[in-house]
Amino acid sequence: MTHSLAVTVLGHDRPGIIADVTGVLAGLGGNLEDSSMTLLRGHFAWTLVVAVAADASVVSDRLAHLMAEGLVVSVLPLPDDDATAPEGSAWLLSVHGADRPGIVSGLTRLVAEAGGTITDLTTRLGTGIYLLVAEVSLPRETDVEALSARIAAAAEGLGVRATLTPAESDVL
Amino acid sequence: MPLLDGRIVMPPLPEGRVLPVITAPADVLSTACVEVDPAAPDVVQLAADLIVTQRVSPGCVGLAANQVGIGWRVFSLDVTHHPKARTTHGEYVLVNARIESSSRNEKSREGCMSVPDFTGDVKRASRIVVRGFLPVTGEEVVLEADAFEARALQHELDHLDGFVFLDRVAGAHAVYPRQTYL
Repeated sequence: MTHSLAVTVLGHDRPGIIADVTGVLAGLGGNLEDSSMTLLRGHFAWTLVVAVAADASVVSDRLAHLMAEGLVVSVLPLPDDDATAPEGSAWLLSVHGADRPGIVSGLTRLVAEAGGTITDLTTRLGTGIYLLVAEVSLPRETDVEALSARIAAAAEGLGVRATLTPAESDVL
Repeated sequence: MPLLDGRIVMPPLPEGRVLPVITAPADVLSTACVEVDPAAPDVVQLAADLIVTQRVSPGCVGLAANQVGIGWRVFSLDVTHHPKARTTHGEYVLVNARIESSSRNEKSREGCMSVPDFTGDVKRASRIVVRGFLPVTGEEVVLEADAFEARALQHELDHLDGFVFLDRVAGAHAVYPRQTYL
């Protein structure tokens, strides 16, 4: 009987982290499901879901050698209920401007108040510029024009530019 | 050149059958299709089947033969009513088609009936010239396509070369779970 575990690995990047982690999981008969990895200001950052029969404590023990080298590793059980993708229309929220506190919280709060969920998010701090790109799923009944106006007004108050554009894909 | 008011004039086809669409992973989707005789009765029947299957599939604007399990270099297309289309050539089937030239890359998000779980951002040329042949008569067609029709043509010709859009995505974070649109 397998169950789902969420594993996060953070820390100083070096060649072979992914090969090491997946080697341990494969050795336990685990099946790597969804995962997302990037470098955050040069630091390795990976979140993954693995279906495996072993308990979280066993997986954690087998990854202990990575923690010993300074990586931060967490292994947590996920609830058994089936997670489903949100139903709604897909939008892309793009924000950029001078960095200041409160950009992400101020704009994502408006999305949440409209009943929307964020399904993918990237934020980056460049030289003098802050960037946010979010995939947003909005309920069918959302007044998108009104939400766009609220986002634009909030963005103006924050001194940034924000646009909400359709992200629907074309079936070919 | 069998064109009337910019639309391809298709020869009469037999009655088509709705065929099931194959989903990835499947060898037939990863294998290059072979060229066939446009006038062969089986090819003509396939042309009719592709058109009918495409018509009954919601949102479908094109279908390659290997998407219905047949490894022949044949596809159907119709982007006439798509909002992103500029120039359109109507509803047609081409046999043994190839891209002659392409220019002006643009990125856009694609989905595919054969990859129902995902969508992805793919960069494709927005102007292309395609040379192919009509079923039944084997008449040669040279199409100058732009915008959405150019994208759709490249998507279908990719299928015929054994590629799906997942082979072309623009980056590691350019693939998304397909949402249920209400």
